[in-house]
Amino acid sequence: MINKLADSVAQALAGVKDGATVLIGGFGTAGIPGELIDGLIAQGARDLTVVNNNAGNADQGLAALLKAGQVRKIICSFPRQVDSYVFDELYRSGKLELELVPQGNLAERLRAAGAGIGAFFCPTAHGTELAAGKETREINGKHYVLEYPIHGDVALIKAEKGDRWGNLTYRMSARNFGPVMATAAKTTIATVHEVVELGALDPEAIVTPGIYVTHVVKIDRTATQAGGFKKSA
Amino acid sequence: MSSYQKRSKEELAKRVAQDIHDGAYVNLGIGQPTLVANHIPAGREVILQSENGILGMGPAPAAGLEDYDLINAGKQPVTLLPGGAYFHHADSFAMMRGGHLDICVLGAFQVSATGDLANWSTGEPGAIPAVGGAMDLAIGAKQTWVMMDLLTKQGASKIVAQCTYPLTGVACVKRIYTDLCTLACTPAELQLIDTVPGLSHAELEQLVGLPIRAAA
Repeated sequence: MINKLADSVAQALAGVKDGATVLIGGFGTAGIPGELIDGLIAQGARDLTVVNNNAGNADQGLAALLKAGQVRKIICSFPRQVDSYVFDELYRSGKLELELVPQGNLAERLRAAGAGIGAFFCPTAHGTELAAGKETREINGKHYVLEYPIHGDVALIKAEKGDRWGNLTYRMSARNFGPVMATAAKTTIATVHEVVELGALDPEAIVTPGIYVTHVVKIDRTATQAGGFKKSA
Repeated sequence: MSSYQKRSKEELAKRVAQDIHDGAYVNLGIGQPTLVANHIPAGREVILQSENGILGMGPAPAAGLEDYDLINAGKQPVTLLPGGAYFHHADSFAMMRGGHLDICVLGAFQVSATGDLANWSTGEPGAIPAVGGAMDLAIGAKQTWVMMDLLTKQGASKIVAQCTYPLTGVACVKRIYTDLCTLACTPAELQLIDTVPGLSHAELEQLVGLPIRAAA
């Protein structure tokens, strides 16, 4: 019998090793798997390469993981936010390596990893410093830059509903990087707010089919907090 | 010098919105471009895309109804219009790169006469770099429009012969909407679309410091 339901976050994260590349879903605070990140801090794996769109907000979640000193390198598109002070300090003091990637290249490099693509030519960033040193090619009069996949050892993502086969649905714009990251890692761990029986998810509406998912952990719902922008008075 | 008044931020947003056609799929960048959504002329149906996986994005929710699982590219709470859809990030950027968006409106530090865009980094030492979706959007949409003040606080033109700030994209800007004028970028030259009342073509050329071809 297939049962991907894990008893706890700790059980699901037990296999994460030092030096791992960890794909972490989320855009701003939406879709950030906070419980899995807290679990990774408790688990203690070090020397990690983390892939996320941002680089943490305030002192929670990814920022807390950075602060714990477990991350060697971060691959992201938009680290600088009004409340990214943990990242800012580590980056400025040279304790954290940054690979800055245009957001669409981040998504497509993950997609390529999940889809078995060895590399792809992409027009984004051609002629800019983010393409410096990269192979380029002109195809039908348009300029492209060669981009390579980003493979994860583990993906940590936040979904909404799941079943024991690992089928997942998401909630609104919290979907963001979850579905592509799920395909791009050797091990994918998803939190859900609701575990349902097989067959309860509409097969026409399953976003991530269970083949991409290793562990599903149910956690209680807490409202997603605001983060990453300046609140006007 | 003759007397003229700059377009306010709202007037500039309204000027941009005037040119967005009925049925357009549009991505509005973070900051000033988001104001454009408030000025779409009545009777035009325009579908807004947000890079984080939303088509049919609606306005901010009423106070107390914010749900931070539903946010825009600036991480602020928004709503979804009936008919709207959610999708993942690879689909969202395929939508941009694949040329499916009609228009994107972005802010800028500098734009060159031939449409090079610099809007992600001032290249200052010690600054934290952040690019987000700007490079993908700039080269992906069918038309990339820039919305900005014409002059810096020091009075220098932000439209330049060649960008000195790091580039976001090469020859990707089709139109520049500013507080003083609207211009088109072509491979050969800048072309005048309009100026604010009282600002002459010659005065504008003096401010920009580059030749601008008269409106056809």
